[in-house]
Amino acid sequence: MAVERVLTRNVGRAGSRTVKVYRESGGYEALAKALRLQPEEVVEEVKKSALRGRGGAGFPCGLKWSFVPRGTDKPKYIVCNADESEPGTFKDRLLMEHDPQQLIEGCVIAGWAVGANTTYIYIRGEYRFAARVLEEAIREAYDHGILGDSVLGSGFRHDVYVHRGAGAYICGEETGMLESLEGKRGQPRVKPPFPAVVGAFGCPTVINNVETLCCVPHIVLRGADWFRSIGPDERNTGPKLYAISGHVERPGTYEYPIGVTFQELLDGCGGMYKGRRLKAFIPGGASAPMLRAEDREIRMDFDTLAKAGSMLGSAAVIVMDETTCVVRAALRLAKFFAHESCGQCTPCREGTNWMELILHRIESGHGTEADLDLLARVVPNVGGISLCALGDAAQGPVRSLIEKFGDEIRDNLRAGRYPLPRVPYFDLGAVA
Amino acid sequence: MSEPDLAGGSLPRAIVDQIDGLRSRYPTEEALLLPALHLVQSYNGGWLSEESIEAVAELLHLSPSKVAGVVSFYDMFHDHPVGRHRIRVCSNLSCQLRGAEELLESLARELEVGEDQVTPDGRCSYVHFECLGSCDTAPVAMIDDDYHENLTPARLRQLVRELE
Repeated sequence: MAVERVLTRNVGRAGSRTVKVYRESGGYEALAKALRLQPEEVVEEVKKSALRGRGGAGFPCGLKWSFVPRGTDKPKYIVCNADESEPGTFKDRLLMEHDPQQLIEGCVIAGWAVGANTTYIYIRGEYRFAARVLEEAIREAYDHGILGDSVLGSGFRHDVYVHRGAGAYICGEETGMLESLEGKRGQPRVKPPFPAVVGAFGCPTVINNVETLCCVPHIVLRGADWFRSIGPDERNTGPKLYAISGHVERPGTYEYPIGVTFQELLDGCGGMYKGRRLKAFIPGGASAPMLRAEDREIRMDFDTLAKAGSMLGSAAVIVMDETTCVVRAALRLAKFFAHESCGQCTPCREGTNWMELILHRIESGHGTEADLDLLARVVPNVGGISLCALGDAAQGPVRSLIEKFGDEIRDNLRAGRYPLPRVPYFDLGAVA
Repeated sequence: MSEPDLAGGSLPRAIVDQIDGLRSRYPTEEALLLPALHLVQSYNGGWLSEESIEAVAELLHLSPSKVAGVVSFYDMFHDHPVGRHRIRVCSNLSCQLRGAEELLESLARELEVGEDQVTPDGRCSYVHFECLGSCDTAPVAMIDDDYHENLTPARLRQLVRELE
């Protein structure tokens, strides 16, 4: 499929991190255009584009911006969510490491649109290299008058700062991130009030994912109608990055119009690893319920995946072949959520641990069918009743394991097949 | 690195200057805490002693217990000594599907210590880690600040042997 690369057009170009090369590809024209428009017009254009958040929740970006109160004396902030800690997700890293100016342009336009003079790019602590690339790109943007007291000579002030996290998945949650930015433990806040009204340092704040902000310059420059022309329908629009990993021949970040099918994605990355058979795939990061091989023709957009009981999430696609024990895969994800639960809310703190414990019992060969029933009773109580969505996220893989693979697991339990033989990726002889 | 000079609750001037240089970025002093802890931990050989936690607390006018609470929340801050080199092996699903468990096994054999224990010569410690965000180049490990991608057990052993 021939696809115009929009978000990744500079990836692989020499000097792609510099203002010069970015400008050669049309960079910062959108910012100049935005500054000639009224902020409200920029918000309207983004609203009209139907751009939905690329971080996981898929919330309409323009609508989020419109919640920021106008005519307040308080400072306002943009916080760019570069925490990218959802297992399977690595697309934002590509955008930051290869085209940091695109992100900076998105941040400044967002700032202009809502009247914010400061952006904090909250980047996960492990992304040390990407943080250095951003720092350097920001320095260069100041030198070119793109950032600072008068953005492109407009009189509008905007500063961008990189703020490093320190290893906590929950800091990718909007209010956990704000707490962390303020120098606290990253424990999500009670909502409302929402960040648009009371966000960073008690002030109105817009929190947008890296890829979301990278879409913004293109919307401003080429128009909302162009953006809406990409994708299957009016609710799922624009170019989209899909991060593909696991048992495929060429894992990587691939740009497609949103709504490409899973099979097209798979074909695009060279098919299954060693030509093996597909068993299951996760369409949108660790939180997204698993799908089965027979779902392979599904369209990878927000609404289609939601209807199928899963979600697009961060569009991190994890592919598992026929050698994979799905209980073992779900156990790994359950461990992750148990580790990352911040511990504030009992259902999440306790529930994630119980799911891990029961899955471990089954996987290790000490489980019975009663454990599967117990798991099915625990899962509904983990989510929906706590301050943030981590509990809901933790439910996803386990619920889908029971729904999609329950019969198979029961068979295996009755026949005493657990633990299933592990097919090592590396020859164990070579390990010794 | 030589013996850290953090005794008496005072931080070295160079670190204090770096932290002070960030003050204009934030409307509150408390927001300097994560940047400060990164700087101090890096200076202090990769971990945060009780003394360094107290020193950071004093500098930012916070209570030591608050700072300790923040340290304990984040996986990248350590309140106990670590090896001169810190190895984090990504173990989440995408890496697990591509051999992360074998990497960890081979590391355990190579270093002959358990997870999060320091080798007798103080050279290394290793842990399994949650997703490092490099799933397309799985399996992946982070050694100190750097990512090492598309690893094999042999390649990781070689990298570890080269550490000083």
